[in-house]
Amino acid sequence: MKELEYPFDSEYIIKKRKSLKRQLLADGSKRLKKKIAVFGGSTTNDIVVYLDLFLLDQGIEAEFYQSEYAQYWQDAMFPSEELLNFAPDMVFIHTTNRNILNYPTTADSREQVDKMLEAEMDKFRQMWEKIKETYHCPIIQNNFEMPFYRLMGNKDCSDYRGRLNYLTRLNEEFYKYAENNEGFYINDINYISASFGLRQWSDPSYWNMYKYAMCVDAIPEFSFNLANIIKSVYGKNKKALALDLDNTLWGGVVGDDGVDGIQIGQETGVSQSYYEFQNYVKSLKSLGVILTVCSKNDHENAIAGLNHPEGALKPDDFIIIKANWENKDRNILETARELNIMPDAIVFADDNPAEREIVRAQVSGVAVPEMDSVENYIINLDRGGYFEVTNFSADDLKRNEMYKANAERMAQQASFADYGEYLKSLEMTAVIDDFIPVYLQRITQLTNKSNQFNVTTKRYTPTEMEEVAESGEYIRLYGKLIDKFGDNGVVSVVIGHKSGEVLDMDLWIMSCRVLKRDMEFAMLDRLAERSKAAGIKTIKGYYYPTAKNKMVKDLYGTFGFTKVSEDDEGNSVWELSLDGYEPKNRFIRVEDNSSIINN
Amino acid sequence: MDIKTVYARLNKVFRDVFDDNSISVTPKTTANDIEDWDSLEHITLMNAVQKEFKVKFTMKEISSMKNVGEMANIIAERAK
Repeated sequence: MKELEYPFDSEYIIKKRKSLKRQLLADGSKRLKKKIAVFGGSTTNDIVVYLDLFLLDQGIEAEFYQSEYAQYWQDAMFPSEELLNFAPDMVFIHTTNRNILNYPTTADSREQVDKMLEAEMDKFRQMWEKIKETYHCPIIQNNFEMPFYRLMGNKDCSDYRGRLNYLTRLNEEFYKYAENNEGFYINDINYISASFGLRQWSDPSYWNMYKYAMCVDAIPEFSFNLANIIKSVYGKNKKALALDLDNTLWGGVVGDDGVDGIQIGQETGVSQSYYEFQNYVKSLKSLGVILTVCSKNDHENAIAGLNHPEGALKPDDFIIIKANWENKDRNILETARELNIMPDAIVFADDNPAEREIVRAQVSGVAVPEMDSVENYIINLDRGGYFEVTNFSADDLKRNEMYKANAERMAQQASFADYGEYLKSLEMTAVIDDFIPVYLQRITQLTNKSNQFNVTTKRYTPTEMEEVAESGEYIRLYGKLIDKFGDNGVVSVVIGHKSGEVLDMDLWIMSCRVLKRDMEFAMLDRLAERSKAAGIKTIKGYYYPTAKNKMVKDLYGTFGFTKVSEDDEGNSVWELSLDGYEPKNRFIRVEDNSSIINN
Repeated sequence: MDIKTVYARLNKVFRDVFDDNSISVTPKTTANDIEDWDSLEHITLMNAVQKEFKVKFTMKEISSMKNVGEMANIIAERAK
């Protein structure tokens, strides 16, 4: 919804919150349902109201639990029955500099302040650990914004007795924790408050009258920033940036002005602004954002413009270049199809409002930021949070590498006459073994993301997965595949539960990234081996058709299972006797967890 | 600003904030007359009113307003 996209009008959102929510709920779209617990150190009601709006707009329908006023610590450490039953999928801890109990005074020694800091950190650390233990879910924690006054003036930031200094040191400690704990994210209110204007943000009347730690005007921006983390964690980030060329990546029209006539480089303020933007876009690529071109131009003019010696971007930086005279909405849809992503995973950047309007109207879900003047391009893309980075999976950071590696594999494949020779040349090594904690988040993520190579489409919450991982009732395998072009990460998960001498398969999934690499056979071999060792005689497989998983309709058939039954809806049951099982994988060297733990 | 304009514009703000087009404020209107007007909505309302008229109430004013009439008087006096 345009009203909720950056740069939004907070005043309007505040006034129209109720009718906006009504409109969002009435659009009939299917949303991801999530339960979010908000542990507040100050009033959180309005924060939740706007968070709800921004999340709904991003396709997430959240149910919220809110602590009683300022009970964040008690709620975290001694959860009530209500909270335990709520079973959050995510916890957000809304603490601010108003929640620091002890600040240094001028009478304190350096050692005393260090101790004070350690005690404060212990309090937070205990709380985070307790939450992790209880709910096994991602945690979002505010860092601290700077205080609204400086007792010592400028020295407040450099002297250990200053509040600014103290808060800065606490923030550093928070970041260290974030670095070492997966699933722990910092909501950077220190940045957001500075960007908003600390003077206004920290207007003390809001604290003193309503116990809000920030002014009401700032809450939509606060919640938007928070929503960006949440939607990123739940895989709702955009994946690709489709860029117009003329007056978007450079000033002027290359077809009219010629390559020498376009503005890009160091000569003027305008050309420097375009250069800075090109540099920003190039950095996005290093985050794993896929770059494409969507421009009304002759192809050779587009390439010539991108080869401008003063430009930061080169034709090579783009996976797809659509420079033609087709309508842009059609080009965007085609780009999505070629990249094998949904059109709503694309951000379209174009200086022309008419083109933006067509694409916005014709391509449902595509993000179309305002690109009104070159000096605002970076800020509008950046603050939009389209590519918010969370460390839930390192895959995002490696996406471009993987794309490139895929392209290289394809090139190599073409040079082999025999597919088997090609597979051999990949020098593949897999780690296939029981779950280990370091991969549990990725394993859970994979069960929630895989649609195509997924026989049962069973989804697991982090808590459920934790239970599976700890129970003796299951045989579990994850598979990680490495080849000479790179590490594909954890790409396959198999779970079966034991009933006597039979193993019933709950889940068999694999990332489509590694299709036709024989990885599924390597998984099957390991499954057979582990099953035999556990006294299993028969493995039973199940296939439940969905709109997306046709490719594995006959998976168990290719594994050598026999189909036992199939109903009218296509649900089928398969069986394999382990008696005389012959290993099927020929191309992958398989290792176990010791190869990872020893490293 | 003349008091009639103040009431007309105030009424619009009330209708937006409470998402209820049947609202008609009078000088005597208080939180008891509008179902959704609780302490939390009050914060939103105060904010929206101040934005609408581009005025800023002091803390003392906000805590001493007894009804819409008192609010309107402050606005009429201060808004241009």
